Amino acid sequence: MTDTAQPHVSPAHDGETRRDFLVLTAGALGAIGAAVTIWPFIDSLNPAKDTLALSTTEVDLAPVQVGQRLTVAWRGKPVFIDHRPPEEIKKAQDVDVASLRDPQPDSARVKKPEWLVIVGVCTHLGCIPLGNKPGDERGPFGGWFCPCHGSIYDTSGRIRQGPAPLNLVVPPYDFTSDTAIKIG
Amino acid sequence: MTVPATTHRGPQSRILRWVDYRLPFYSIIEHDLTGYPTPKNLSYWWNFGSLAGIILVIMIVTGIVLAMHYTPHADLAFDSVERIMRDVNYGWLLRYIHMNGASMFFLIVYIHLFRGLYYGSYKYPRELLWMLGVVILILMIATAFMGYVLPWGQMSYWAATVITNLFSAVPVFGQKIVTLLWGGFTVGNPTLNRFFSLHYLLPFIIVAVVMLHLVALHQHGSNNPLGIDHRGPQDTIPFHPYYTIKDCFGLCVFLILFAFFVFYAPNFFASADNYIPANPMVTPNHIVPEWYLLPYYAILRSITFDFLGIPSKLLGVVLSLGSLVLLFFVPWLDTSRVRSARFRPIYRWVSLLLPIDVVALGYVGSQPPAGFVVTLGQIATFYYYFHFLVLMPLIGKLERPRPLPISIGEAVLGTGAAAQRP
Repeated sequence: MTDTAQPHVSPAHDGETRRDFLVLTAGALGAIGAAVTIWPFIDSLNPAKDTLALSTTEVDLAPVQVGQRLTVAWRGKPVFIDHRPPEEIKKAQDVDVASLRDPQPDSARVKKPEWLVIVGVCTHLGCIPLGNKPGDERGPFGGWFCPCHGSIYDTSGRIRQGPAPLNLVVPPYDFTSDTAIKIG
Repeated sequence: MTVPATTHRGPQSRILRWVDYRLPFYSIIEHDLTGYPTPKNLSYWWNFGSLAGIILVIMIVTGIVLAMHYTPHADLAFDSVERIMRDVNYGWLLRYIHMNGASMFFLIVYIHLFRGLYYGSYKYPRELLWMLGVVILILMIATAFMGYVLPWGQMSYWAATVITNLFSAVPVFGQKIVTLLWGGFTVGNPTLNRFFSLHYLLPFIIVAVVMLHLVALHQHGSNNPLGIDHRGPQDTIPFHPYYTIKDCFGLCVFLILFAFFVFYAPNFFASADNYIPANPMVTPNHIVPEWYLLPYYAILRSITFDFLGIPSKLLGVVLSLGSLVLLFFVPWLDTSRVRSARFRPIYRWVSLLLPIDVVALGYVGSQPPAGFVVTLGQIATFYYYFHFLVLMPLIGKLERPRPLPISIGEAVLGTGAAAQRP
C-alpha cells in the first residue's frame, strides 16, 4: 500500500458543511419556485387576450374629402387622419428640419403625402389636442393645439411650441388598398 | 407559561435595537416564532394550523387579483369569469387555485378541528382559543358561500336563493329579513353586489380573528398528543428551526395534493351546472352545496316533521346552524379533565365515531332526499347531537382514564413506564 498514491483526505472542517450545501441549494430552489409562482400573478395584470384583440383598426378613407380631418379609435386612443391639401403638405415639407425640437422630415412621417396618420395624444401629459374638428383652434402652425398646457403642433404633427418634448406619434399602419388603411 | 424567555438575545445591530425598543418587532419574532417554546412531541396532526394560515394567505392573494378582473354585476359577472378563464393571462390558474383553495381550506380546517376534538385541545386553559376557532369556521362558511355566488352560474344563483331563504323560517319577520338580504324580491343584482362587497371584507375579518386565535394560542402554548402541560425546558424545543422545517415539509406534501387538483382535476369539486349562466326561471334538477357544507345541508333536510309545535322548516334551520353553535359549548360539555383521547379508553372510540357520522351526513347531503337517505340523515343528525349533548358529558363522568405520563420529556425519551403509547 505504500506504493500507491496517498488518497485525498479532505480537511475535516474548513467551514463548509453538508448542511451549508443543503441550505443553499434548498434556498435557491425555494427562491426560484417563489419567482415562478409570482409570475402568473403579475402577468395576469398585463393586457388580456381580448384587449390585445382590439389592437387593430381598419379605416375606409374613400369618403374623406381633401382638407377633412377624421378621428378614429385605435386601442382606445384617438387616431387623427388628415387628408392634407397641397398647401398643408408644402408647409410641412418646407420646414428647416434642423430647427425642430424633435427633428423629423415630413417624408418620414407619412406613407402618402396627402394622408397624415398620427396618434392624437399630446406627448406632454396625454391630453387630446384640438384641431381635428372644424372650428377647433389649430394653433399658429395650422396643425393641432393642446388646450391642457399649450403645446402646438404643425401640419405634420410635429411639436413646434409649448412643453411637449416629442412629435405626435405615427402609429404602425399599412394601406390595404388605395383608399383603406389598417392601423396596428 | 413555564418556559423562561432566557433565550431572548434581541437584535445585534444598534439600529435594530433602536427600532426594537420602540416597536418590538424583533422581540415579537423572537418570542412568537424563532424562540417560541413548543412541545417536543407534536405529531403531524399539528401541521394543519399553519397550513390553514398559509391557505388563507393564498386565498386572499388570488382573490385580490381575481377581483381586479371580475365584474360584480348580474349581467356581466358570468362573462367576466369566462373572460378570466379564457383571456386573462393565467386567469385560469388564479381561478382554479382560488376555487380549489376553498375546498383545501375546509379540508385542512376540518382536520384541524377533529385533531382538537381528539386531543382535547379545547380544555382549560384553551377554551377561548377553541371558541375563536369556531368563529373562524363560521366566518369561513359565510365567505365561501358568498364567493360561490359570484360566478353567477345556475348553482350560484340557486344556492343564494336557497340559503337566503333559510331566514324565511324566522317567525313573523322571516320574509322581511329575506327581502332585506336580497335588496329586492328575488336574488338579483343588488344581492350580487353586496355579496361581492362582503366576500372581499370577510377574509380580512378572518385574518383579524386568526390573530386573536394566535394570541390565545401563544398565551399557554400548543397542546400536544399527550395532552399534558409542558413543565420546563426539557419538555419543549424552539419553534425554529424544528417546527418551521416540519411545517415546511407538511406544506410541500399539501401543495402536491393541491397542485394535483388545480392542474389535473380542477373541476373535481365543482358542479357542471355552475357553467350555465344564472336563470331565475329554471332551477337545476339536483341542487347540492359544495362538499364542505353537505353535513349542515343534510341536517337541514332531515327534519321533515314538526316537533313540539315548532314547524319542520324552522327546526331544520335551527338544528343545522346549531350543529356549529354547539361547538362553542364543547369545552364545558366535555366533563373529563384528561385532554388527550389516548388516555381515555371509551371516549377514544366514541370520538372516532363522530367523523364517521359527519361523513354519513355529508353523503346524505349529496343524495336526492328520498327513501333510505332520509332515514339515514335523521339517524345521523340525532347521533351528532347525541354525541355532544349526551355522550361527551356522560363519558367524562363514567370513564376511568389511563394514568398520564409524568412529563412530556420523560414520555419522549422513553424513560418512564407511563410513557408507553396506547
